[in-house]
Amino acid sequence: MALSNDVESPSAELMLAFYRRLYPFKSVFGWLNHEHTPTKFFTHREFAFTLPGDVYLRYNSFATADDLKKQVCTLNPTRFEIGPVYSARPRDKKTVRPAAFTPQLRELVFDIDMTDYDTIRTCCSGAEICRRCWVFIAAAVRVMDRSIRDQFGYKYLLWVYSGRRGIHLWISDREAMELTDEQRRALVGWVTVIQGGKEMHKKVNVRVGSRPLPPSLAMALEPLAVVFGDLILADQDCFASEEGWEALLHLIPDKTVVENLRKKWTANPERSSEDKWDDLKKEVKEYAKGTPQRATLTAAMEDIILQYTYPRIDAEVSKHRNHLLKAPFCVHPKTGRVCVPVDPETIDSFRPERVPTVSQLLQELDEVLPAAGDAAEHHSDWERTSLKPYVDMLDRHVMTLMEETRRTKRDMTW
Amino acid sequence: MALHSQIPHRLNFYDRPPLDDITIEEFETCALDRLRVLAEIESSFARNRSYDELKTVTLEQCKKYLPLNSSTAIAVDRDAERRKDHVGHFVLRLAFCRSEELRRRFVKAETSLFRIRYDSDDRVERDAFLNSRDFDWIPVTDEERLEYRAELSAASTSKDAVPEKERYYKVKWTRVPDLIEKRKVFLKGGLAFVPAREQSSIVFQEFQTHLERDLEMTAKALPRLDEDTRIVPILNNLSQGFLAGVSSEWSSSPAGNGNEITADMVDELSRKHFPACMRNLHDSLRRDRHLKHFGRLQYGLFLKVLGLSIDEAILFWRRSFSNIQDDKFNKEYRYNIRHSYGLEGKRANYPARSCQQILMSDQPGASDSHGCPYRHFAPDNLQSALLSMYSSQGLTSADLAEVMNTVKAGHYHVACTRVFEITHASQGVKKGEGVGGGESVTHPNQYAARSRELERGKDEGFKTEADGDVVMQIS
Ligand code: SF4
Ligand SMILES: [Zn+2]
Repeated sequence: MALSNDVESPSAELMLAFYRRLYPFKSVFGWLNHEHTPTKFFTHREFAFTLPGDVYLRYNSFATADDLKKQVCTLNPTRFEIGPVYSARPRDKKTVRPAAFTPQLRELVFDIDMTDYDTIRTCCSGAEICRRCWVFIAAAVRVMDRSIRDQFGYKYLLWVYSGRRGIHLWISDREAMELTDEQRRALVGWVTVIQGGKEMHKKVNVRVGSRPLPPSLAMALEPLAVVFGDLILADQDCFASEEGWEALLHLIPDKTVVENLRKKWTANPERSSEDKWDDLKKEVKEYAKGTPQRATLTAAMEDIILQYTYPRIDAEVSKHRNHLLKAPFCVHPKTGRVCVPVDPETIDSFRPERVPTVSQLLQELDEVLPAAGDAAEHHSDWERTSLKPYVDMLDRHVMTLMEETRRTKRDMTW
Repeated sequence: MALHSQIPHRLNFYDRPPLDDITIEEFETCALDRLRVLAEIESSFARNRSYDELKTVTLEQCKKYLPLNSSTAIAVDRDAERRKDHVGHFVLRLAFCRSEELRRRFVKAETSLFRIRYDSDDRVERDAFLNSRDFDWIPVTDEERLEYRAELSAASTSKDAVPEKERYYKVKWTRVPDLIEKRKVFLKGGLAFVPAREQSSIVFQEFQTHLERDLEMTAKALPRLDEDTRIVPILNNLSQGFLAGVSSEWSSSPAGNGNEITADMVDELSRKHFPACMRNLHDSLRRDRHLKHFGRLQYGLFLKVLGLSIDEAILFWRRSFSNIQDDKFNKEYRYNIRHSYGLEGKRANYPARSCQQILMSDQPGASDSHGCPYRHFAPDNLQSALLSMYSSQGLTSADLAEVMNTVKAGHYHVACTRVFEITHASQGVKKGEGVGGGESVTHPNQYAARSRELERGKDEGFKTEADGDVVMQIS
């Protein structure tokens, strides 16, 4: 069952109170800047604001976290986005030569969104998301987190819930920030497995001839096979409907097997997805080990597992340094939920519906601080709310990041 | 003057500019001759030539204009050849460092030239060249090779590769983006394990990065050179020659000769004159009342070039997105439409996408409708789509086998051309005639324009603007 995630959009008053009292500007500043004193990482960074009434303001930049806060409180945007570090301050864009205004550095970012799973998931569609479909996201996060660390060697990964039906990844390693668009494109090619438009049945084409899976995918396959069993076969029962099983049959490169299975399943349409997968396995075993038919089918089964469970990323977001992405801790305008960091280690138990909403947080604040008055504006009022664990998570991340910056600086001065 | 001591190898990374005096004539001829070679390389990309074809054509061109022989060659003035190669390269650097687009195209063409020479170089001389530079690759030790045996073997793209026997080098993955993009290497902790046979990738990438960096530096230093009044006009000529020979647009006929179309006409035009890619976008738009970003881009630019004015375009998209509220439309789409007409932002006149661009760039994701159906549809979906689109124009299931075979061989635009011939047979188009004079479809607008022309029955006045030597892909 899908719970309707969308509650009323938060009012302008709520948003303003949230920015003034709760939004962790200092932590976000530290995360973008990598050290305490403002550097180009922050001062040359683009911020874009979306205002109520459909106004979109690009190329803002700020000298300090306080400046940013002041402007946010003046404009009271429904959300704001973070862009690249430019070669000049974005707010001076109009006055510098175009050639002197180019994007230089940018976190490597990824966007995984539930809508890309619409052709697979059976529980919900569109903007809806439930606990069951979150399992797709959780599986994607585990695979991505592991391969980015293991293969690319990046260490400073921040996963952020998008407030509704997806998740963002921000990678702040110095080297990742320096990647050119061409290198980003190459990296996206490496992690992209699901390809081909709506009208293409087989969306996984990662082998050279009949060669085994490339090692990065072989490594992902093992955990994904488990997900496939639990999620695709048992929970989502993806091959229950005729449409579902026909989609599966399209991926099997053996006419006899397809015919046998189609006959069997048409006669017994009530067979569960698990039964059907077993039927397929049995058919495959009809061919003796070591025969080319058996090898082809085994490879096809691996590809099917990948097609149904491998992370589906929105490639465009990651390819260009100048892509803007919503800042962490913004509020999703439709759900009112805060875009909080998520720990990949405990991603399986993360419940989107338990993420605090703005109104809930402000209520918590009123309960602890009855009539404290607006005069006393606390910068860290979030400490008194259920936002605390999430801000703490970001702060720990920022600390390791700053430690790294200090270390490299030291190394350089020696 | 012992020049060969300055240029000891046939392959050259062009680290140092020529320091000796150069006459203005030499300056110009060296550059022009090199430009002829580079222009041929560019047009080969546009024609979708395979690497082998590109290599043959380029070496042919080089023999004519820019011979460069190995160190053992006799009876040639080797030093003069190398000097010409050297000087020409540096003059063109000056001509092409001035805009980002010129730089990108120059780098692409020069890197291809380097690669062709590398591949045709004498083995011994090539090794000597490789040993003369530090490429900063770390040989993989035996222990590492043992530890990652399984991975190295799985990462290998050929069946008979035996990791134990192969030599591997470790480099930062960012130095071999092409190998990474295609998952052709084993990657661990940011280091790519490159087998010796892919070593050339590192060399080519290094050449490219090196040249990109140098060009940017040249661009910064250029204002000083601009004072030399003898050189500037030559440089301008060179860069314009490069651009003019290879314009990428399939421009619409000039406005005012009855070619404008209105939003109301699109439905009918699409049924009668559109190639499959645009039919599919049109039908998806009608069905879903929406198109995703790249679909809008591909279709919108096509309609623009077809003759849809900006006002009609806004009307067309406004009506088509009938599920969307006015304010959302105005906010999210109006600007982009105006932008594609060059009325916002950079105010660039964006050309419509060519087949090559549609086929090769911005691969459609799982829920996209853009792209080329011949390439991006599953075979059975393509067949039923073709029948439903074109059976009213005479395509029958008997024609499909031939079309599908062409698709299977990877000749997507040839399949599209065949469908054009079949669906225009009633207007007298014969097999092999293509879109006129035997030409294949290279641009959706060329397809539509020819189809409309046939309808109007004025065969003779047709001239193709999208013939081979245009369509330089700017990716
Ligand atoms: S070949 Fe070109 S014109 Fe034909 S469908 Fe493909 S992209 Fe469109
Ligand atoms: Zn669900």
